[in-house]
Amino acid sequence: MSKKLIDLQHITKSYDGHTILDDLNLYIRENEFLTLLGPSGCGKTTTLRLIGGFESPDNGKIIFDGKNITNLAPNERQLNTVFQRYALFPHMTIAENIAFGLKIKKKSKDYINDKIKYALKLVNLDGFEKRSIDSLSGGQQQRIAIARAIVNEPKVLLLDEPLGALDLKLRQDMQYELIRLKNELGITFIYVTHDQEEALTMSDTIVVMNQGYIQQIGTPEDIYNEPCNAFVADFIGESNIIDGIMLEDKLVKILNVTFPCVDEGFGTNTPVDVVIRPEDVELVAPEQGLLSGEVTSLIFKGVHWEIVVLAGGYEWLVHTTQMHPVGSKVGIRVDPFNIQIMNKPESSDEKAVELDA
Amino acid sequence: MVKKSAERIYLTLIFLFLYLPIAVLIVLSFNNSKSRVYWGGFTLKWYQKMITSPTIMKAFGTTIIISLASALIATLLGTLAALGINAMKKRNQTIMLGATNIPMLNADIVTGISMMLLFVRFTRLGMGTVLIAHITFNIPYVILNVLPKLRQTSKYTYEAALDLGATPLYAFFKITWPQLRPGVLSGFLMAMTMSLDDFSITYFTKGAGINTLSTMIYTNMRKGINPEMYALSTILFMAALILLLLMNFGPSAKREKASK
Ligand SMILES: Nc1ncnc2c1ncn2[C@@H]1O[C@H](COP(=O)(O)OP(=O)(O)OP(=O)(O)O)[C@@H](O)[C@H]1O
Ligand SMILES: [Mg+2]
Repeated sequence: MSKKLIDLQHITKSYDGHTILDDLNLYIRENEFLTLLGPSGCGKTTTLRLIGGFESPDNGKIIFDGKNITNLAPNERQLNTVFQRYALFPHMTIAENIAFGLKIKKKSKDYINDKIKYALKLVNLDGFEKRSIDSLSGGQQQRIAIARAIVNEPKVLLLDEPLGALDLKLRQDMQYELIRLKNELGITFIYVTHDQEEALTMSDTIVVMNQGYIQQIGTPEDIYNEPCNAFVADFIGESNIIDGIMLEDKLVKILNVTFPCVDEGFGTNTPVDVVIRPEDVELVAPEQGLLSGEVTSLIFKGVHWEIVVLAGGYEWLVHTTQMHPVGSKVGIRVDPFNIQIMNKPESSDEKAVELDA
Repeated sequence: MVKKSAERIYLTLIFLFLYLPIAVLIVLSFNNSKSRVYWGGFTLKWYQKMITSPTIMKAFGTTIIISLASALIATLLGTLAALGINAMKKRNQTIMLGATNIPMLNADIVTGISMMLLFVRFTRLGMGTVLIAHITFNIPYVILNVLPKLRQTSKYTYEAALDLGATPLYAFFKITWPQLRPGVLSGFLMAMTMSLDDFSITYFTKGAGINTLSTMIYTNMRKGINPEMYALSTILFMAALILLLLMNFGPSAKREKASK
């Protein structure tokens, strides 16, 4: 594994007495694509602004490439930002916007012109040099903001929801382009989004945040398949999250029915959260299921049907390719491997997080 | 139909009341007869008299110096104040804006008398005290013009400039200032208009021997009205009109329309 490039140590930040980040610890490796993922207001932008140098932490250190940069001014940090609100310069043309950083670095005219051409091609806006910022759509402005940042070839690129204003098609194209860029230029990406799908498709590492706390750090597979608590499970894709009691190793009681599972080490008769993904719920004939119930809603989603089954007093969310009409009786089964057991949150902070979710 | 013509008549009446006195003044300034009632033919002699009168020309000079200097200094101070206010927390902003707006709403005569009382305590009244007084009452107008522009100018563009390697000073002059300039310019023009316009405050703070155009007209009127005063007033009105047009259709206004 490559070395740590940025290291946030015990970062605390509050505004007007409200703690936004509390003892945050996080490192980013060289060439990594790291995504900060979480609901609105959880402190993603704040974290990015701390790294960019636009805010300073109340406590803690920021290490960049082995040097302490906690108190370094933004213009002296070797990173560039694509701001959540584009922040393009309205009184300059697009070319002037893109050239801004290069002119400060005293690059030659030819070099700058080449770079502008290259960057505009990259974001699919060739020939836009002379246009004014006002004449661009939101999505185009966002792409210019990306172009303006990457021409500087920073070591690290900070991106704050850079694809937020784009439609689905363009968004997917840009996701692909960004990944290609990252690989081509060898830039480390710190990416902020509240779109879990985007996070899952693009990242090497995902950091799930809520209310200023890091909930889980892991690869997209880890986060999706083994969420460490109910918040993460719920935030990353839809889930059935049910109160359960761990009777003993490999046996959990949900809705008064005992399900075999594969988890161990929770002790006996421990209250737990049980997470089951909608695509992992199998619908069978009523007498074959561990639980039986009735279909209460049915929605066609293109690739699959989204079905709600009322069984055992809980509304199970089910994704299946087989149609079950509303009112039909079905049985529910779950493969032991697909039952995810999680400890209930303990500390009051965790509880607060839980309540909020 | 009836409603429409009623509207027209109403509008005409309003404009008549507003502009008839000024129209009369302008007409009389070209009247060859000294009478205020009879038209004695067209002449420019009052304008000629005005230009050759040393009292009027001296007052004219004083007015130009004071309005230009006070507007310049007030623009500088007011812009800096607006930058400061904009960086404050919301609640302090409200307090500061209230504090700067009160002198604007305060009756001029009260401001004038209180300034005079303050000035005589420390110094002799003269050009300097008029200048200080004008700067003081001009600052709020500048703040009022600059602050909205500053609020429009997102702080993110300034930060983006820093992010791209600009020093704070470079970022301010390259990024923030160009976006602010229209507001500063209209603040300057408005300050100048206010300064040209002022009578009461100048009257109380000027001391003996110094006159701006407005105080000079007032002093002369007491001795009896001369038609060259009509000529002078006409020119003052025109100056105010031109400043107003500049403010509304000048470079700053054009920019605003373009950005919409
Ligand atoms: N300058 C500030 N002054 C006061 N509070 C602030 C400031 N900046 C951010 N906050 C607060 O900090 C919290 C976290 O904000 P932040 O912008 O980091 O959220 P976010 O995760 O980026 O959300 P979003 O997805 O909506 O952009 C919010 O409650 C916000 O109101
Ligand atoms: Mg944000």
